[in-house]
Parts: sequence; structure tokens; C-alpha cells
Amino acid sequence: MMRHPHVWMGLLLWSIFSQANAAWTVNMAPGATEISHAVFDLHMTIFWICVVIGIIVFGAMFWSMMVHRRSTGQVAAKFHESTTVEILWTVVPLLILVAMAVPATATLIKMYDTSEPDIDIQITGYQWKWHYKYLGQDVEFFSNLATPAEQIHNKEAKGEHYLLEVDKPLVLPVGAKVRFLVTSADVIHSWWVPAFAVKRDAIPGFVNEAWTRIDKPGLYRGQCAELCGKDHGFMPIVVDVKEKGDYDKWLAERKAEAAQLKELTSKEWTLDELKERGDKIYHTTCVACHQAEGQGLPPMFPALKGSKIATGPKEAHLSLVFHGKPGTAMAAFGKQLSEVDIAAVVTYERNAWGNNKGDMVTPKEVLELKQAESK
Amino acid sequence: MSAVIDDHGHADHAHGPAKGLMRWVLTTNHKDIGTLYLWFAFCMFLLGGSFAMVIRAELFQPGLQIVEPAFFNQMTTMHGLVMVFGAVMPAFVGLANWMIPLMIGAPDMALPRMNNFSFWLLPAAFLLLVSTLFTAGGGPNFGWTFYAPLSTTYAPESVTYFIFAIHLMGISSIMGAINVIATILNLRAPGMTLMKMPLFVWTWLITAFLLIAVMPVLAGCVTMMLMDIHFGTSFFSAAGGGDPVLFQHVFWFFGHPEVYIMILPAFGAVSQIIPTFSRKPLFGYTSMVYATASIAFLSFIVWAHHMFVVGIPLVGELFFMYATMLIAVPTGVKVFNWASTMWQGSMTFETPMLFAVAFVILFSIGGFSGLMLAIAPADFQYQDTYFVVAHFHYVLVPGAIFGIFASAYYWLPKWTGHMYDETLGKLHFWLSFVGMNLTFFPMHFVGLAGMPRRIPDYNLQFADFNMVSSIGGFMFGATQIFFLFIVIKTIRGGPPAPAKPWDGAEGLEWSVPSPAPYHTFTTPPEVK
Repeated sequence: MMRHPHVWMGLLLWSIFSQANAAWTVNMAPGATEISHAVFDLHMTIFWICVVIGIIVFGAMFWSMMVHRRSTGQVAAKFHESTTVEILWTVVPLLILVAMAVPATATLIKMYDTSEPDIDIQITGYQWKWHYKYLGQDVEFFSNLATPAEQIHNKEAKGEHYLLEVDKPLVLPVGAKVRFLVTSADVIHSWWVPAFAVKRDAIPGFVNEAWTRIDKPGLYRGQCAELCGKDHGFMPIVVDVKEKGDYDKWLAERKAEAAQLKELTSKEWTLDELKERGDKIYHTTCVACHQAEGQGLPPMFPALKGSKIATGPKEAHLSLVFHGKPGTAMAAFGKQLSEVDIAAVVTYERNAWGNNKGDMVTPKEVLELKQAESK
Repeated sequence: MSAVIDDHGHADHAHGPAKGLMRWVLTTNHKDIGTLYLWFAFCMFLLGGSFAMVIRAELFQPGLQIVEPAFFNQMTTMHGLVMVFGAVMPAFVGLANWMIPLMIGAPDMALPRMNNFSFWLLPAAFLLLVSTLFTAGGGPNFGWTFYAPLSTTYAPESVTYFIFAIHLMGISSIMGAINVIATILNLRAPGMTLMKMPLFVWTWLITAFLLIAVMPVLAGCVTMMLMDIHFGTSFFSAAGGGDPVLFQHVFWFFGHPEVYIMILPAFGAVSQIIPTFSRKPLFGYTSMVYATASIAFLSFIVWAHHMFVVGIPLVGELFFMYATMLIAVPTGVKVFNWASTMWQGSMTFETPMLFAVAFVILFSIGGFSGLMLAIAPADFQYQDTYFVVAHFHYVLVPGAIFGIFASAYYWLPKWTGHMYDETLGKLHFWLSFVGMNLTFFPMHFVGLAGMPRRIPDYNLQFADFNMVSSIGGFMFGATQIFFLFIVIKTIRGGPPAPAKPWDGAEGLEWSVPSPAPYHTFTTPPEVK
């Protein structure tokens, strides 16, 4: 490291001046909601209290270290206790803390008031993506990382929203009270958007509540905040806040899409059509564990290329994808993907990377399995 | 082993240590065991530090360059486990072994054979733990807090090794704590009442009670994990009627007192060192004892402040917020007492004093961020970000680690019989001081700007400060190899140390020659 100081200094300077988004941000942002402003004010209040106490205490210590030293001929005093000052420096901090607790309590009570929401969104954490369901609207979708692997592996220049971009953002209307019902399908995640001051753990088997009311339209970004396994750093959150009219239009379009998807299930599919669709699904849903060439990351994440399942009977293959494998990271995709997408991805896996089975699973077969399960 | 039996037989007959390797394997001498603990802790400090270097190298720039995310998670997990259970805790047990008998005028620890056993469990535990890095599924990758179900249903197979390693460490800690309590309560020299004990002894007595109270809770926690993984129970699995949040309650009921276990002995050591180099008695001895006891008590009723965003009810949040804020009061008392001890003293700044003063100032900064984290609504923004990483490294590095460095320099003359090289010691201090602040201060900024902890890659807005942190981290890491050099140099030679090398020092440990003979206080000294 010390042999080439100019290289390191150069790197440092380059990083300061050349990056498009180089920012020496040192503080929290006030955010876009009433609550986030209240939280920001609390943060700054307690910060300045700490700064003032720090200046007094450290100031006294530094003064003492400058003046009360043997080299300046100081003779040590003998005192070693004083009940008065002991009481004083117990009571004064206590009063400061009480003064601080009052606004903190008031804000916390507001944050916990999830009553009378205009919209309910169910947020489910999955390894490693978010699922959003508009309760009572028949609209639901997964939101995956949209940053290309080439950027992560330094083969392409990184974009402005590197690792903070998704394929489908959560869309919300401005000004409405939105209640989030947060849960998880596997491990604990945490849904966090700093601009709303909303952070809630997504815990399997529990539903946590949080709420927000966003003042301004725009794109707001966040990340999973609780360690949730291998790709914890790669499950961002993007919220697209629209004006009421735009939001209604968007919601109507999503509903139409859902109806269209139902039609697709009954359509007659060819092997190539399914493979093509399956290719896309595989590379958003399966690739994190089973990898781009189906080679997996054994032993945690088995290979699909040449595997017994992917080259064996198709019923067993479909069943594994549909039900998952309890006790492992393999989720039950029957609950996550549409019939068409499950059929497509299973067909793809049976016909990719040299797994040339030549057979296919149709959306109807998946639907039949689903109906058999729900009886 | 025979040394102690002989010692009981004819106490005034001075025996030297046994010869060869078996001296260290079979020793029951508190000084030998203290030395073993300290060297073990230093090895683990370097090992845990090397894991941190991997983390900082990966985070040097955005993008994945050096390790894959799966291995990165193993590094953060192992770094935490090795530093907490392998470096900081054994280092303090080493200091306790060496110094408590010398400070209270006892011939040895009360339970010498158990002392030997509790040390030798540690290498076994860490061999078990570190070996998992070489297994097919990789080592533990769920963070040092190992939250279920990531550490149960979704864990690599090595989790079972991890559980047994934690059990061994726990047994070792509990035995060590029992030994400390038995020694302090039974073997004090005549005339040394509890309120005449040096503060290092007091803080260790309180720490030992904390250890006995919470290590069994940790053992219960990992045992429940073991049952869930191998015997079909569902303590932490919602699918079987269990509760993943229960894990966090049990873990943090151990975990919060644990952080005081790692800092109280450092409080004690600094309370010895600051009066020595201020040449003035410790200000407010009694209030220091009560403040330590208050902190220990409060540490049992604040655990859920680590869980402000898991969805505990409003009244729960308020209770844990108020209780946590309250800890600032006794902690403040301690800081004010140290500052008042320095006030109107006649100070000199040898290396132990430099580390002790830096301890007071930098630990206070960690205390301030701790106070900020206590404010529950604000914690919704801080939780699980680098702000938390900055906070706990400020209380652990310049807190626990600087406390250990200060102690090492303070007592090295007593241990080795040689003075360390003051210039090199000061250089070690300043490099550590700059490196440490360069590493951890920018973490406050990226945390507030929104960077979550435990991620191997990040958005470009965090790039600059991460590079600064990494440079600081490499600097701090390299500096500790230099510390190894200083210690070895001191052991091998240097100006001979008098019995009392510090003119302002007080206490029984300075009444025996330097280096301390193999057996000391075979006849108890009289304390006035």
C-alpha cells in the first residue's frame, strides 16, 4: 500500500471528482411526509443536545489537559469527592432526558396510529424481492432488482440508481393515508423507505402495520434493512407516487392486465412460446440461486443443468417448483407466479442448457394442479 | 499442576514454573493462565481483524470485486463472533486473571484447575467455529446476531458446529465468572473491605455477575435453535406455531448485558489509569461503584431497544425507550468523574494515559450516538444502517479495545519486568487513533444517508465515504501488527522496570517486584 502512494491518492481524488453522483452527504434527509419531518426534527434536536454536552465536557477535559499538566509545573490538588456536584450532574441530565422524551413520545404515538387508512397494501418479503398486493383491488405483483448483473460485476458503467432500481415499483397516490401490512414468506426482511421514515420488519407468520401519507409525487427509493441471506443487498424498494388521477388510471390498467393473464392460461401454447416466456421468468426469478447457466451454487443452491429433477418426469419437476422444498431456500412458487409463468419456467428448465427433454408443461396442467390443491 | 499442590503444602517455598510445553497445558497459575488468555485474545483479534479487512476491501469500491455475497455474509458473521467472544471477552478475562489476585493480595485465583479448563475450552471452541469456513456449505452466514429463521430453517449445515462452539464459549465464560466472584469474595487480603477494592476489581465483580446471569440465556437460545433444526420443534418457526420474534427477545436479553460485559472491565481499568497519570485520587469512588451497579441493573431491562422496528406494541416501545435513555445518567456520571479526576491534576501523557483519555472522549461519542438511537422514532431511521455500525464500533474499538491497550501498556512493566518503548507506544496510539476515527466516523454519515448494514455492494452515493473507511480500516489493521512488535520487543528486553514504574500509581500490585514472581502474596499483605 505504501509503495504507490500516488496511485492511492489518485484513486481517492478520482472517486471524489469523477463520479456522476459523488456526494459527501453527511446527514439524514427530512423526507416527504409529516412524520418523516417530525423524525428529522427529533434527530436534529437530540444531535444538538449531544453537541452542546460534548463541547462542555470535552472542552473542560481539553482545557484541563492543556493547563493541568506536570510539565507546566502543576501540583496535583487533593479533592476527590463532592456530593453537591454529584447530585447536580445526575439531576441535570435527567431533566434534559425528560425534556427529550416528551416530543419523542408524541411522534411515536402518531407513528403508531394506523387507523382509518384510505388504501391497504400488503407487502410480503421474499428472498430476494418484494411482493405488493393492493387489498380489495385484485392487483398484485413482484418487484425485482432491475440493475443488470454486468453493472454489479463491473463490466458496464454503473447507473445513477445502481442497486436502487426495480422492474415494477410500488405505485401510490399522493395525499392518501396508505396502510402497509408487512409480512414475509421466508426469513425476516425489513421494508424501509427513508423518505417516509417507515421501517417495518417483515416477519414470517406475523403481519406488522405501518402507515404513511406522502406530500409530493415522485420516485422514492429504499432497501431491505434486515439481513436476509445471500442477496440481502440486492432487494431494493422503489415507490412511484402519482397524482390521484394518474394513480387511478394505472390501477385500472393493472386490473385489465390481470384479466388478460387469466385468458392466457386457456390459450394453446407451443413449446417455443413457453420457452421464450420461461427464459425471461427464469432470469428474474430463479437466476439468483440457480445461476444464469443453470449451474447453481452447490451445495446450497443445486444445479438444474443435467439435474435429476429437470431431466426426470415432468410431474415431479412441476410439483417441486409449485410446492418448493421446505427447509431450504427453494420457495413454493405456486403462490408466487401465475399458471402461465410456472408452466413457462418449468418448460424452459427442461429445454435449456442441454436439458433437451423436448416436453412441455402447459398452463392448463398448472391450473389443474392448483385446483386439485385448493379442494 | 503439581505447583499448586506444593504451594498449599508449604506456602513459603517458592517454586518456579514447570519446564517446556506442559507448563502451559497443565498450568494452574493465575499469571500463566492470564498470559494464555491475553495471547489467545490477541491471535483472535488479528484473525477477526483479517475478516474485517476482507469486508473493507470488498466495500472499497461499489460493485463486487473480491468476494461473492455469500462469502461476504460469512465474513461479517465471523468478524463479529470472533471479536466479541474470541478477542474482547478473553482479553478481559486475561487481565482479570493477571491483575485481580495481585490487586486484592490473593496468592492465586480461588479455583485454579477450573481456571485452566475454562481457558483450554476456548481454543477448542474457536477451532470448531473457524473450521466451518472450510466446509462445503460455508460457515455461519447469518450475522453475529443469528436471527431465526435465517439461522435455523435457512442456515447452512455448519450451524450445528456454530451452536456447539457457542456452548463451549458459554461454559468457559461461566466458569471464568464463577472463579472471579469466588476469588474476590473470599481471597481479599485482611483489611481490604469491599469499598476499598480497586475499581477494576469492582467492575469485574459486577461483570462476572452479568456473565452468570446471561450466558445461560444464550445457551438456552442456541439449544432451542438446535432443537428446531434437528429435533422437529418449532420454538422459532411460525409455521409450527412458534415465534421468530421470541428468538430476538431471548437473544437480546443476553445481548444487551453482553455489551456491558465488554465495557465494564474497561471502565475499571481506565479508573485505575487516569488517577495514576493525573497524580490525584479517583474522583467520586463511591458514585463510580454505584454507577457501575446501576448500569448493570439497567442493562437487563433495555433489550428491546434493539427491536424497535419488529412491531412491539406502543407501550413496549415507550418503556424500552425511557429505560434506555436512563442509562445515559449513570454513564454520564462516570464520564464526569473521570474528567473531574483529571481536573487540577498534574498530568503526564504516557501511552496508557493517551489510550485512557481517548477512551473517555471516543467512548462518549459512542454514548452520544447511543442516546440518539434510544429515541425510538428516530431509531426507525437509524435501525440496521451504518449509523448503528458506527455507534457500536465507537463503544467497542476506542471503548473495549482501547481499554485493553491502555491496560496492556499500564501493566506490561509488571508482567515482563521491562519498560516498553515509549516512543513506539505513542506511535501505536496515534496511528490507532487516526485509523480508528477514519474508519468509523464516516460510517455515521453513510448510515444517515441511508446505507443499510451487512451489504456487500452499495449505491454510488455512498462510494466516497466507504473508500475513506476502508483506507482507515487498513491503517488501523496494519497498526496492530506494529503493537505485536512492541510487545515482543518489551518481553525480550528494555530498561528494567522498578516495582512501581508509575510515580502516581496506587495499589497492591505495585508492592511486588517487576516482573511479578511466579508466586505472590503467599502470605497475605495487611491493608491499613
